[in-house]
Amino acid sequence: MLRFVKRDEISKRKSIMIKIASVMLALVIFGIFIIFLKKNPIQVYQSMIKGSFGSAYSTKETIKLAIPLCIAALGVSVAFKMQFWNIGAEGQIMMGAFFASMFALKMPNLPRPMLLILMMAGGVLGGSLWALIPAIFKAKWKTNETIVTLMMNYIAIKWVTFLQYGPLKDPKAKGFPKIANFTQNAILPDLFGVHIGWIFALILVVVVYIFMKYTKKGYEIAVLGESEKTALYSGINIKKTIIISILLSGGLCGLVGMIQASGVSGTLAYNVSGGVGFTAIIVAWLSSLSAPIILVISILFAALEQGGSFIQSSFGIPEAAAQILQATILFFVLGSEFFIKFKIERKVGDAL
Amino acid sequence: MMIQLIAFLTAAVVAGTPLLFATLGEIIIERAGNLNLGVEGMMLMGAVTGFMVGLKTGNVMAALIGAMVAGAAGGLIFAFLTITLRANQVVSGLAVATFGSGFSTILGRQLVGQTAPQAIKLFFKTLNLPILSKIPFIGPILFKQDPFVYLGYIVAIMLGIYLFNTSKGLNLRAIGENPGCADAASVNVSLYKYIHILFGGALCGLGGAYLSLVYIPTWQENVVSGRGWIAIALVIFASWNPYKAIAGAFLFGGLDIIGFRLQNAGIQFPQSLVDIIPYAVTILILVVVSMKKSKKNAPPKNLGVAYFREDR
Repeated sequence: MLRFVKRDEISKRKSIMIKIASVMLALVIFGIFIIFLKKNPIQVYQSMIKGSFGSAYSTKETIKLAIPLCIAALGVSVAFKMQFWNIGAEGQIMMGAFFASMFALKMPNLPRPMLLILMMAGGVLGGSLWALIPAIFKAKWKTNETIVTLMMNYIAIKWVTFLQYGPLKDPKAKGFPKIANFTQNAILPDLFGVHIGWIFALILVVVVYIFMKYTKKGYEIAVLGESEKTALYSGINIKKTIIISILLSGGLCGLVGMIQASGVSGTLAYNVSGGVGFTAIIVAWLSSLSAPIILVISILFAALEQGGSFIQSSFGIPEAAAQILQATILFFVLGSEFFIKFKIERKVGDAL
Repeated sequence: MMIQLIAFLTAAVVAGTPLLFATLGEIIIERAGNLNLGVEGMMLMGAVTGFMVGLKTGNVMAALIGAMVAGAAGGLIFAFLTITLRANQVVSGLAVATFGSGFSTILGRQLVGQTAPQAIKLFFKTLNLPILSKIPFIGPILFKQDPFVYLGYIVAIMLGIYLFNTSKGLNLRAIGENPGCADAASVNVSLYKYIHILFGGALCGLGGAYLSLVYIPTWQENVVSGRGWIAIALVIFASWNPYKAIAGAFLFGGLDIIGFRLQNAGIQFPQSLVDIIPYAVTILILVVVSMKKSKKNAPPKNLGVAYFREDR
């Protein structure tokens, strides 16, 4: 018989190897699935790469998809590091977009830099306030944050839906339920053909990396995540640490809302996030909550999505196949973590 | 007025039935100590498979079994990841939700716009239960429904009896509260978890099939449209109790349709604001229960924690 033994420490290289192997395995399994669809998997993968990086246009589109994923995953990772299961990124994005849009709609004639800064501040504020609510419940009464953050996603989405179909409906849209487009002053400028959100993303990767790795607060968050008791004995203010990291987590997600509303859709809409908040959780998890890896994985996932829509037009493979591929990769990496934590041994005394 | 009220409540029961199945499924899963956020995915897998099998065979039984197998397959992925490989439950559940959504879109691609076969529609037509349907007020609401709704009542009551009145149900509850203790009492923890997560998944699959075969009876993409997440809320609302789940599901079902009903009656009230109520109420309940620190209505103690015997 076989038994599982906990490993003591595994070298970083070995654990990365295991993870890469599991991604490869997922690609093979998905390839078999493609064969069932009577297509050549190698050609399909090739054209996915072509569809996501093959031209200047497609590369730009891929980067546009990667920006929100990257920043939201950074936000999620800060909370996850503390073992605070913030799955409310979607809602925090919506609320960030809502707050930012209020500035854009109510003060459309402010000078562009001022308006954009106000919108950013609004986005951060909206996202962090929305995240603060479950954090307070958690800090005060240990209320299960997983479910609360999950529920708050839908409250935020329904709230924006209500605004879109009711009070904020654009009367000029001839009955079509949409919120008025932002003025040009409220639109993020482009740099090299992509809105400047990509610069924010790069800066934030560095900032979050330094914060988590080299600052006292970042260290305290990690300690609290490892063990609440250790944190308590070493004199860490637990409630304060929870609140600060959640404000940061929600704030980053809120900023994503601002970026999406201002840089991508040009207005507020109930689908301004469109599932980014959930995919970001997957990205953060696949990256082992490390900021530089989050950057890589978010580009990879953006490429999957962009390539997914490309193979739909060139192979007739539905776009949803990209979703299945994402889930399959996640399944295998989730499973692989077991082999990082445990090794398999023959039970002592078994005949060989 | 009375007639309209009865018509509304009758429709609420219908709208609540898919929620009921999914909620019962998730109750069983969470009672085994596992938080599976993939309800939406398992419902979609059941919805598309049930519809497809129904369309191909025209056979009710085959369609329902297909839906259950598909839902259980979603549960199996989750069970293998979280029980055998001890993966994180939150992320595993989200992965199942993503997978199920992609699965149903791909399988359902050639089904869009197709209608459930006549044989199945006939089987699920309204069936007045003798005597019971004659009870004033309650009768027409609860007992002039289709057989699928009655199946919901039966499953809920049987699960209630199973959980609270049998030794196996007691074992299951023990596993959710304290798996180490159950293990010491020589309950096979992993086997229990596997069986109940698979069964829970099968019930979620049935909930999805009700949507695609009876409630809408035409295939459309994303037919479940968020009901899986409402079911997760309902589990808390029902405090992990199958009996309370019946009332809760019909209440949430009513909320799901009340905005449009009012609109038809000439009263303008935005459905999107009504839609907030189930989620807000669920948060309120969670907060109140955790404030009181009462054991009553609290989640299973080891919900979301992987069990590893050698860790004890």
